[in-house]
Amino acid sequence: MLSASSYRKFVRGRNRPVWEEDPNPAGLVVKALVLVAIVAAVLFPLYTIVLTSLSSQADVTRAGGLVTVPGTLSLAAYEQILSGGIVTRATLVSIGVTTVGTLLSTVVSVLAAYGMSRPGSLWHRPILFVFLITMFFGAGMIPTYLLVSNLGLIDSYWSLILPTAISAFNVLILRSFFMGIDREILDAARVDGASDWLVLGRIVLPMSKAAVAVVALFYGVGYWNAFFNAMLYINDNAKWPLQLVLRSYVLQGVTLPGSGTGQVDVDDGAVTGLPVKMAVLVLAVIPVLLVYPFVQRHFTKGVILGAIKG
Amino acid sequence: MSVDVTPRGTSGTTADGGRGSSRPSAPPSSGPPRRRKVTLAARLRRDGALLLMVLPAVALLAVFAYVPMLGNVIAWQDYSPYTGFVNSPFVGWWNFERVFTNPLFLDAVVNTLIISAFQIVLFFPVPIVLALLLHSVLSPAVRTTIQSIVYLPHFFSWVIVVTIFQQIFGGAGYVAGRMREAGYTGFDLMTNPDTFYLLITAQVVWKDAGWGIIIFLAALSTVNPNLYEAAVVDGAGRWRRMWHVTLPALRPVIVLLLILRLGDSLTVGFEQLILQRNAVGVGVSEVLDTFVYYQGVVNGDWAFAAAAGLVKGIVSLVLVLAANRVAHVFGESGVYQRAER
Repeated sequence: MLSASSYRKFVRGRNRPVWEEDPNPAGLVVKALVLVAIVAAVLFPLYTIVLTSLSSQADVTRAGGLVTVPGTLSLAAYEQILSGGIVTRATLVSIGVTTVGTLLSTVVSVLAAYGMSRPGSLWHRPILFVFLITMFFGAGMIPTYLLVSNLGLIDSYWSLILPTAISAFNVLILRSFFMGIDREILDAARVDGASDWLVLGRIVLPMSKAAVAVVALFYGVGYWNAFFNAMLYINDNAKWPLQLVLRSYVLQGVTLPGSGTGQVDVDDGAVTGLPVKMAVLVLAVIPVLLVYPFVQRHFTKGVILGAIKG
Repeated sequence: MSVDVTPRGTSGTTADGGRGSSRPSAPPSSGPPRRRKVTLAARLRRDGALLLMVLPAVALLAVFAYVPMLGNVIAWQDYSPYTGFVNSPFVGWWNFERVFTNPLFLDAVVNTLIISAFQIVLFFPVPIVLALLLHSVLSPAVRTTIQSIVYLPHFFSWVIVVTIFQQIFGGAGYVAGRMREAGYTGFDLMTNPDTFYLLITAQVVWKDAGWGIIIFLAALSTVNPNLYEAAVVDGAGRWRRMWHVTLPALRPVIVLLLILRLGDSLTVGFEQLILQRNAVGVGVSEVLDTFVYYQGVVNGDWAFAAAAGLVKGIVSLVLVLAANRVAHVFGESGVYQRAER
């Protein structure tokens, strides 16, 4: 088993343990093919959709649908949807709701997580219980809807933020991260006279950037992607977020309101043609793609902390 | 606002002992024996800032999670939005009787369970296999690149995922177009009830299989390499090592996740289904959540829908608690211990 050849490979710096067999060439090929297929299954749809959104209607007609070979590229579709009209408005709504919601949720969650992170602090167990219960039993859609409706939040942007502002799961991720910080550091700060607010702001937060970033991403993606809340609570399509526009005009192919009897009205950002539809889709994906690379490397830590560990 | 700690500096570190500087796994609420009895007022003064910090979150939960729980009272009422919670007459279990005798509700239960079964059989193993495959990739650069790519779809909304599938597999989609080019008749997977369960399972796989591997990769990274070496010394080949070393290492996570998934059987992708309900027909796509939505919000039969939702919520709660109990029996930590350390 520990043949001379495999040992030589090890000392040549191959990242393979000494005792492992040489890989079987056929196996390697199969494995490589499977991995390439998996990566392609994710990337190919994104590639062809982005390409289609950048193509001319003529190219789309020639391709008979999604474009896979680049032809003439232009940003015309994006200019059309972003030059005012319902898609532009919806994008702004989505950006606004996501920004305000993420800030609110993250701040409130960090505070709550720190507030519960001191074992032995007053009432921390019953308070923890208040959070835990919401993870096991949701109130149900109908009473929640009636509440939001009775609070007068229908057609208000707050209806997209407040009902989902706190996720007990995210709070607990943060809490276990905070609890993992060395107690001695916090005790030292407190002996030096720092208040809890100071300890949180000056010591705990700077040490937990990764966890806070992951939780903020979870909240942000949640707000950006939320479609059902908007469908429930927002009737006025001038206030629709992007996901709702995407569903109606791209998925269901409804003609845009504001384009009157359904004629194309470019000024109003009428969504017609596949490039324009795909441009809306890309618009809905872009923010995720922008933030993702920066937070991605912290995932494992953040997720495992919340999910597996006790 | 802020709590100054210096006043209790006289009693030294023991004053802080209540917060357990040694981080005991289960801090006794009465405190360590050597600690002097601290009055409520003193503890309030000490922990007031902490309580203040928790307050906004608790307030949000109180209003948007706990008040609606009380709102479920309409399930026992002949509720009308015009008369409101207070004035609507109580009708006992009438709404629940209507729920259980409603054939559409039973259909929704059956569909929900079928979709759950599909996900457990066809989706659940995928992240495990994927994680094993990725784990066997030796180059860290290749591995992390593939990881970042397969995580990505998890962060797309269901509207985006369904739209992408429609563009690829729909009647006017990419695959149908290529098939017509090649001389076959096209097809429309998105509106075909016969293949709907496979379609939505495929969507779940595409969206979340990559994300699901995180937890398994973490478990794999904790395996002691000495075990592999020992297995080799005992003459184990590649597959035997996987069977006798790798899979046993994953077993706790697999068992835990499987049990939790079983406990969550009544919840299947709500947004995913509501987006495709009209295209494919109610017959295969109506699940409990969509049933509640259409009966309540669309048809306005609020009390009936609330009763149906409550039945689902309570059965789910029982299933999850039972699943957690089973997880404990298997020696796993379960879920609701997660916060305690």
